Amino acid sequence: MTIRKMLLASAAVACAAMPVSAVAETSAKKIALSNNYAGNSWRQAMLTSWEKVTGEAVKAGIVAAADPFTTAENQATEQAAQIQNMILQGYDAIVLNAASPTALNGAVKEACDAGITVVSFDGIVTEPCAWRIAVDFKEMGRSQVEYLSKKIPDGGNLLEIRGLAGVFVDDEISAGIHEGVKQFPQFKVAGSVHGDWAQDVAQKAVAGILPSLPDLVGVVTQGGDGYGAAQAIAATDRKMPIIVMGNREDELKWWKEQKDAKSYETMSVSIAPGVSTLAFWVAQQILDGKEVKKDLVVPFLRIDQDNLETNLANTQAGGVANVEYTQDDAIKVIEAAK
Amino acid sequence: MTFRLSSDTMRLAIPALSLTLLLAAVFWLQPRAMSYVGLNLLFNLAVPIALATIAQMLVMAVNDLDLSMGTFVSFVACVTATFLRDAPVIGILILAGAIASYAAIGVVIHLRSLPSIVVTLGMSFVWGGLAVLLLPAPGGQSPDWVRWLMTVKPPLAPMAIVASVIIAVVAHLVVMRSSLGVLIRGVGGNQRSVERAGWSIVAARAAAYGLAGFFAVLAGVALVGLTTSADANIALRYTLLSIAGVILGGGEFIGGRVSPIGAVIGALTLTLAGSFLSFLRISPDWQIGAQGAILIIVLALRLMLNRLEKREKRR
Repeated sequence: MTIRKMLLASAAVACAAMPVSAVAETSAKKIALSNNYAGNSWRQAMLTSWEKVTGEAVKAGIVAAADPFTTAENQATEQAAQIQNMILQGYDAIVLNAASPTALNGAVKEACDAGITVVSFDGIVTEPCAWRIAVDFKEMGRSQVEYLSKKIPDGGNLLEIRGLAGVFVDDEISAGIHEGVKQFPQFKVAGSVHGDWAQDVAQKAVAGILPSLPDLVGVVTQGGDGYGAAQAIAATDRKMPIIVMGNREDELKWWKEQKDAKSYETMSVSIAPGVSTLAFWVAQQILDGKEVKKDLVVPFLRIDQDNLETNLANTQAGGVANVEYTQDDAIKVIEAAK
Repeated sequence: MTFRLSSDTMRLAIPALSLTLLLAAVFWLQPRAMSYVGLNLLFNLAVPIALATIAQMLVMAVNDLDLSMGTFVSFVACVTATFLRDAPVIGILILAGAIASYAAIGVVIHLRSLPSIVVTLGMSFVWGGLAVLLLPAPGGQSPDWVRWLMTVKPPLAPMAIVASVIIAVVAHLVVMRSSLGVLIRGVGGNQRSVERAGWSIVAARAAAYGLAGFFAVLAGVALVGLTTSADANIALRYTLLSIAGVILGGGEFIGGRVSPIGAVIGALTLTLAGSFLSFLRISPDWQIGAQGAILIIVLALRLMLNRLEKREKRR
């Protein structure tokens, strides 16, 4: 215990002794990004946004460093070790996209005990000492059914494509969809498959369940699966239902083609990978001494018929529609939560 | 006699040397790690890995391979975070049942002479399914005594080091010094002669698997003590990590040649390799490769040792 105190004291002395420039109070602070996975377009865009925004922040002297770290295998135990390493490396804040909402709690607690600010986003952690920037995934699911109810007031059968089984994001979005169906009882979920947020998996799964389904009016999705569903349905002689998209470039491109050819209408919703930059600014604000509520909500990114072209133009091939956040955006989100 | 001792010492010396080298490099990169708190942070997640490695080593001692280690530890973690906390008696019964089924798997593998890889791969789906049934969404909470045990601050050395030493000593006594340990290694070395000497191979296999199950249960409990809650996929890495740990620590896939102390050192080395790479600031794209490179270097040292041994024998 005494050794721990000594270590903390010496760390405090070291911090106090560091030169503090006049730019901002956080100019000597170091922030690390702990990321559990980099193997899809969404995560790649997230890392690119982080590099871009934090690179400028470091250059401007707002923070001393903002280093991204990604674990190789998307495993909670590996990420826990990574967080413990960050504690040893002396970071002042850790921005975290967690492999598990609970399995990292021990490591997060260690970090908090060492006086480190932990801000989790997207994949959030339940440890009370950490901040959480969560997307209202339930609302994301519900809003899809609401949109469909406006397009098809008579209702009908829906096909639900779910994400990766056992991941809480999947449970949340699905719960939202079922809430929406309760709210608009003219709709019925006729079938549901797991598309694992991947077009090829979704295509196979949808093709497998289609023969057993009645006529569909809509397909509700979780993102990364709309294009695959469209391919599977196009291979049959069914009429194309309204497939809600998930902001992926291939989905938006397909939508654009359909829109031009047969004035196909739908909408697209997902969370912007740039949320990592919002988490960065929130961490910076906390380090700056701002009072910030532990639970913050970030709006999701929705694309509609009229802004499809601009969004598609801004999305790189194979990527995801994205927004990068600024310090002002972070301050707004913090204020809104108060 | 003296020759055998020296070769065994050499077998242990290589892993110990690589661990020391790696540790020195980490200390040089990150002097902060050279403290009570620092050492604990570096090594506390190695404790469950070390326990899983010992479990894997026991299975490898009878020439088998356990591919269900990761999912089994995950399953135990889920039981620990749910039943062991809320209804300790039922929790202990479930864990005891899990150990018994491990022993039963050993018996089935022996009686039907099935390949262990296939059986344990199948079992991995069973354990994984049970874990998801118990905890469909991540959650649960570690029992207070487990959390206390994993965050205890003993005098002189941090918990991670004390625990590693205890695991190594206990496993050494069981596997290298007890008659059961000799029997288990004998089955791996030469099953026929052990059988002809009048021992029951079924019992030895069952004991090896049962002991493995016991150590794997300890791994799951220790893991939850560190993470405070569980997740059905929490320990999937442990299957490969435990195998790599045994090999790094001087064990062999066949022949009943295993080293409990080496296995613990192997587990520590694997954990440290990850920290070393992140302190080096190697980009994540390269980290998997770099981790592999460390493994290959240590194994290359092993190969050189084997050659030396052969040369000595020829003399």
